[in-house]
Amino acid sequence: MANLTLVQAINLALIQEMEADDRVMLLGEDVGPNGGVFRVTDGLHARFGGDRVVDTPLAESGIIGTAIGLAMNGLRPIPEIQFEGFLGPAYDQLTTHAARMRTRTRGAFTVPMVVRVPIGGGIHAPELHSDSPEAIYAHHPGLKVVMPASPYDAKGLLISAIRDPDPVMYFEPKRIYRAFREEVPEDEYTIPIGEARVVSEGDELTIVTWGAPVVQCMKAIENSEKSIELIDLRTIYPVDIDTIEESVKKTGRCVIVHEAPKTCGFGAEIATSIMERCFLHLEAPVQRVTGFDTVMPYYKLELEYLPETERISRAIEEVVAY
Amino acid sequence: MPVKTVFETKISHVSILDENGKFDAKLGKGVIPDKDAVALYEHMLTCRHLDEVAFKLQRSGRMGTYPENRGQEATSLGAAYALDKKDWLVPCYRENAGLFWRGLPIEMILLHWMGDERGNQIDNELCVMPLAIPIGTQMLHATGLAWAAKYRKEKQIACTFFGDGATSEGDFHEAANFAANLDIPVIFFCQNNGWAISVPSKIQCSAPTVAQRGLAYGMDCVQVDGNDIFAVVKVTRDAAKLAREKKRPTFIEAVTYRLGDHTTADDARRYRDEKEVESWKKKDPMLRLEKYLREKKLWDDKKHEAAMAKAKETVIAAVKRAEEIADPKNADFFNSMYAELPADLKRQRDTMCTHSLGLDPSQLEGTERQAVNSQH
Repeated sequence: MANLTLVQAINLALIQEMEADDRVMLLGEDVGPNGGVFRVTDGLHARFGGDRVVDTPLAESGIIGTAIGLAMNGLRPIPEIQFEGFLGPAYDQLTTHAARMRTRTRGAFTVPMVVRVPIGGGIHAPELHSDSPEAIYAHHPGLKVVMPASPYDAKGLLISAIRDPDPVMYFEPKRIYRAFREEVPEDEYTIPIGEARVVSEGDELTIVTWGAPVVQCMKAIENSEKSIELIDLRTIYPVDIDTIEESVKKTGRCVIVHEAPKTCGFGAEIATSIMERCFLHLEAPVQRVTGFDTVMPYYKLELEYLPETERISRAIEEVVAY
Repeated sequence: MPVKTVFETKISHVSILDENGKFDAKLGKGVIPDKDAVALYEHMLTCRHLDEVAFKLQRSGRMGTYPENRGQEATSLGAAYALDKKDWLVPCYRENAGLFWRGLPIEMILLHWMGDERGNQIDNELCVMPLAIPIGTQMLHATGLAWAAKYRKEKQIACTFFGDGATSEGDFHEAANFAANLDIPVIFFCQNNGWAISVPSKIQCSAPTVAQRGLAYGMDCVQVDGNDIFAVVKVTRDAAKLAREKKRPTFIEAVTYRLGDHTTADDARRYRDEKEVESWKKKDPMLRLEKYLREKKLWDDKKHEAAMAKAKETVIAAVKRAEEIADPKNADFFNSMYAELPADLKRQRDTMCTHSLGLDPSQLEGTERQAVNSQH
């Protein structure tokens, strides 16, 4: 057991999976001797060599497209896209090939790879370093989309993702890369993809969130006198709707919190599922606290855009008082 | 000297059997033994006949849109012949001749164009990738496939096919750059057939050759007469040797011509001159190979008749297999989405024929329940 940050937990999972399975290799921009711009791959180049930790040319479609070929020919590549804002050029390869390959070949070819991508705002980063595009990838059948919100989950989910036979988008909330430490077992363990975590139990209101806002939600819950159940999705797709259903049937009230814009954000999908499954149990309309339907502002205004604690607290009060 | 030349190069054009049937004995020596030349010609006859049959199948509503290969048979066939059985063939969609030579059953291609994913369900042992519909994207997969072989220290290489239009796509440039800079054993085989649907190749590339695009990435590049199967075999063999021994990629520009429309949904008369088509018909890869074989007494009318009869038989049998395959079950498009279907996707599948999409099928009753049971 060690007290690790989220970055260290991912680094440990990578080391352990690379030691256990020589098909696992990393590729991306600056992942080599530099250890990645966030140091997630720190020390791996020295430890495993340049054949297994590869600095590629600066080309996102190239990174994902070659990773697809590597995966189809028997390896377990883990490509890194340096920031979510640069996923655009790789979108084509992810959606027109990685997501479709298994089904369009009726299982003859598969793409077992993990696409690691730092995501989200709150770190005073430059333009296109703070977005939250997870719903876009959840909308593409064939991909799995995960986003851990704690060091413990980061390690267990990454190991599951690496061993998963299908392509997994592994989004790393950069705001909490080093925000706190947590006890993380030294031994390998897995957290199943598709299982949400009940962070705290309560019976008056359910909050559903994922990624960095888990921290903001915990603060809002601390500040509230209400009994609030907090669900960290951990996996966006396939979503664990059963855990949400069980909670909302108990509490009758739900607030969904995410950084991404409101329209077509994954919160919309959850709200609809709640309506389908919990309609007669609802005491108030489901409310969303999200980023706005604007372009993510530069960092001077980023905290106005992000679902910070105060906005979450207001939503809690409104929904409980409804 | 303040200004000096830091780099100079030249692009070779390789031709062995020209359009008049003239054979360069020195360059062509030992490239294709007589027995194989006959087999390759017979294979081309089958592929050409398939095009005719496929066109009719489309026109009579028995098949969807189909891209004729007519005129380009020598390119992918020459490459597939030159490569090892374990080298990856990574096609776009006009490489029938090469894929069938490798052993891909003809009905797989027919099934693909008949709207059935089982046409892509290719035995991995064939080392043939399924057709790639978006333009140019497959070059990156080929680069990754070859990279994995190099990673495992295997001799396997990859050869990817694409058109002149695909060299305008960013993925071509990224694949070439990855392959050259990371020493990946992949062959970039461009079928410059003059046209990307209605857009002539000069709008894709204004340089004197498409081949020289490879130069910018520091890789060997060569232009070849793509309608000359001897030359195609020779340049592919050279490229394969370089890839296998030195882990270096090569760019091959095979100059050929699309004698047919882009697909059965296209009418090339709208945009190209019939005289141009006529001039290329004289350069047909099959005409010159037939002439060569006849001059060497390897071919005659009797053999031609027998080969055509066999080609027809082969194609009819493939069409029969494609048309007689059992219909896919109506829930089949769910079942290969993931190794293990997520619970919600199972629910969607199990209720797709009911009025209760997404709900728990165990709660359904009567006719709804029957609808669930009937679809598996």
